[in-house]
Amino acid sequence: MFAYYLDLALRSFRRNKALTALMVLAIALGIGASMTTLTVFHVLSGDPIPQKSDKLFFVQMDPAGKDGYTPGEEPADQLTRFDAETLLRQRRGVHQAMMTGGSAGIEPQRAGMDPFYADARFTSADFFQMFDAPFQFGNGWSANEDEKHERVAVISKDLSQKLFGGANSVGKSIRINQHDFRIVGVLAAWRPTPKFYDMYNDRFGELEQVFVPFSTSRDLDMDRSGSMDCWDNKEDSDDPEGETGLNAPCTWIQYWVQLDTPAQAEAYHQYLVNYSDQQRASGRFERPTNVRLRDVMAWLDFNKIVPGDVRLQLWLAFGFLLVCLLNTVGLLLAKFLRRSSEIGVRRALGASRRAIFTQCLVEAGAIGLVGGVLGLGLALLGLWAVRQQPSSYNALAHLDVPMLVATFVIAIVASLLAGILPAWRACQVAPAIQLKSQ
Amino acid sequence: MELRPILTTLRRHKTASALIVLEIALSCAIICNALFLISGRIDRLGRISGLAENELVRVQLTGIGKDDNDVALTTSDLAALRGLPGVRDAIVTNQVPFVNSSWNSSVNMTKDQQQPTLSATTYMADEHFLDTFGLKLIAGRNFTSDELVDWATFNAPNSKVSLPSVIITKSMADKLFPGQQAVGKSFYSWGDDPMRVVGVVEHLVRPSDQGGDVGHEYSAILPIRAPYTVGGNYVLRVTDPARRDEVLKAAVDALKRNGPNRIILADNTMTVQTLRAKYYQQDRAMVWLLVAVCVALLVVTALGIVGLASFWVQQRTKQIGVRRALGATRGQILRYFQTENFLLATLGIVLGMMMAYGINQLLMGKYELPRLPAIYLPVGAIALWLLGQVSVLGPARRAAAVPPAVATRSV
Repeated sequence: MFAYYLDLALRSFRRNKALTALMVLAIALGIGASMTTLTVFHVLSGDPIPQKSDKLFFVQMDPAGKDGYTPGEEPADQLTRFDAETLLRQRRGVHQAMMTGGSAGIEPQRAGMDPFYADARFTSADFFQMFDAPFQFGNGWSANEDEKHERVAVISKDLSQKLFGGANSVGKSIRINQHDFRIVGVLAAWRPTPKFYDMYNDRFGELEQVFVPFSTSRDLDMDRSGSMDCWDNKEDSDDPEGETGLNAPCTWIQYWVQLDTPAQAEAYHQYLVNYSDQQRASGRFERPTNVRLRDVMAWLDFNKIVPGDVRLQLWLAFGFLLVCLLNTVGLLLAKFLRRSSEIGVRRALGASRRAIFTQCLVEAGAIGLVGGVLGLGLALLGLWAVRQQPSSYNALAHLDVPMLVATFVIAIVASLLAGILPAWRACQVAPAIQLKSQ
Repeated sequence: MELRPILTTLRRHKTASALIVLEIALSCAIICNALFLISGRIDRLGRISGLAENELVRVQLTGIGKDDNDVALTTSDLAALRGLPGVRDAIVTNQVPFVNSSWNSSVNMTKDQQQPTLSATTYMADEHFLDTFGLKLIAGRNFTSDELVDWATFNAPNSKVSLPSVIITKSMADKLFPGQQAVGKSFYSWGDDPMRVVGVVEHLVRPSDQGGDVGHEYSAILPIRAPYTVGGNYVLRVTDPARRDEVLKAAVDALKRNGPNRIILADNTMTVQTLRAKYYQQDRAMVWLLVAVCVALLVVTALGIVGLASFWVQQRTKQIGVRRALGATRGQILRYFQTENFLLATLGIVLGMMMAYGINQLLMGKYELPRLPAIYLPVGAIALWLLGQVSVLGPARRAAAVPPAVATRSV
């Protein structure tokens, strides 16, 4: 029966080529626009570390002075260096790491290569294990090396390729900020998207090229990057390290902790509350205790990780799809009712209403399928156009298998929905009147 | 023109009429809001920076590790740059416009204020700054060389050095001292001591988007002589814009020669015009995208109207023939379909206005957009009325061409 309906649909398409083309085109445009924006949205709102995103937590507390305090407001985004180092020392999580973004001046020891600047991350030992960072060669460093301020570095695959031609460079030396560092590990290709652990540099950027112990980075006063909030006047401080000093009243450190069970998370939250209370009792904190422990997805959500423009485009595209569908409903209605007499004959010959309804839906679905294929082509074209745009996230816009399936599902479901009303009207046609008016 | 027969007919085609009305309404709502978004972006694209943009080039460089000789090197860098042929003036500054990061500091009117009055961006500059950037001083004076403070002195632990003066923008002056002359007044921002306004410039944009639309010109210029290690921006003003690329190259060479152990950040070294173009690239792309969506919406809606109108004409061929046989002119038939379309479009537009307003309310909540100005409503209405009339013209003319003899035939 299905084959017969399909045959009828094809005949009908041939009879009304312009109208059919119009419907297919409208659906294709709508699907193309929606899938382009939906894919970008899908890429940007994805889980960067699905295997443990519910076990990794970002720590926040409120160490700022009482000036400018508004009750009920969110605590500071990042931690002070003092708090981060204290929490790290007390090791209450399964894993924990403090970190900040920065940069490193690298002097290649290869002839003919100029010195260059590379993005760096200053962090502590657990970073690699906690975030499941994949290693090509070697490993991360240990807490012991953090404490000893050792000059060790983990480098990215790209940097290893650039400096050592991709050979195993573990044990070799790399010159960073005019000091020799020993390479202990080379990461394999890795690009967490978004780069969830740091919201204060390029959120969709590539992986840092150099990782060095935070303690070492402070010894060498390496350039940090990202946001920093300070609240006291700097005149009170006699710390030669200034705003990055241990006791500076500035928040600029991201602190992540791994907690495997809800009970652990609960206990850790309580620990943070106690810590904050203690700090206030000792006079360091001036604001009421206000701590947050957000897991990866909650943290990304809090930071509105999907850019406003992308969300706006998504709404726009779906609005457009809706108009295209309304258009299709209208045209299908015209098309089916124009065939009232044919339907009348089929009904008189014994076709049930259900049969007419199904036949109309098959026709609508076929239009959806063709529109979907064409829409997929438009979406690929649209994504190509998106990738030509400058922001770093645009380069990530590729169609994956779930999105491919989604394209066809959306196209067919949309066209079937568009077909329901016209099909229902068509199967209401009274055979007697149609036959009489012949 | 009798409206009665039209209304009667439409009542018999409720579903199809409703579909057309809904389609027009949705298009109208989306287009009104899209036009509004486009105008917002265009305003941003047209922002005045205050800079002599097409005469400026920027070189950014950085040392490798610590440079204890940075102050002396900066002085000789500047001397070398100012001596280049085709260079009118050159400065080193902590930040330049059109990069998405900025130095910001809160500004208070009194020493112990709880909530700051505003947040301003801070440029550190010497007496060459105004001339190099091409800023227009509208009140007061430029810095004098004896009031400049060295960055190292100012930033030293326990330093009690205060800044004697500050130059601010008109936008910031109007906010801090509404209706008054700002020159001679003081505010608190850097350090414990008040800073006295000595000059007001007409425009100077904030490098980043922090502070939103209102604060995009809250900029303060501080008399601090900073070394190249603070931001590392050398900005040169050329005498002839046509020779910018040449000067840029000469500047890079001069800097490399002057202090070899440094890295020129090639990705950030370019003319200020290019910096601006890159900074607003996303906005420009968004404008084109919104325009494309509007055009596509109009086309799809127009085709929908053509499709349905053609169907109606075909369906009513006999009725039209009868009317023609009874004496209706071609013009009357034509106008019948045009009026019908006008009625549907009007209904769609009214509904669309309400939806446009609703969508705007939603966007206002979600994206902090301002309220949709009323002017967009008539613009959207006229566009859709025109669209409807243009689309219906073809089918209506086909209807008018139906010969009266049709009435005598049985289909």
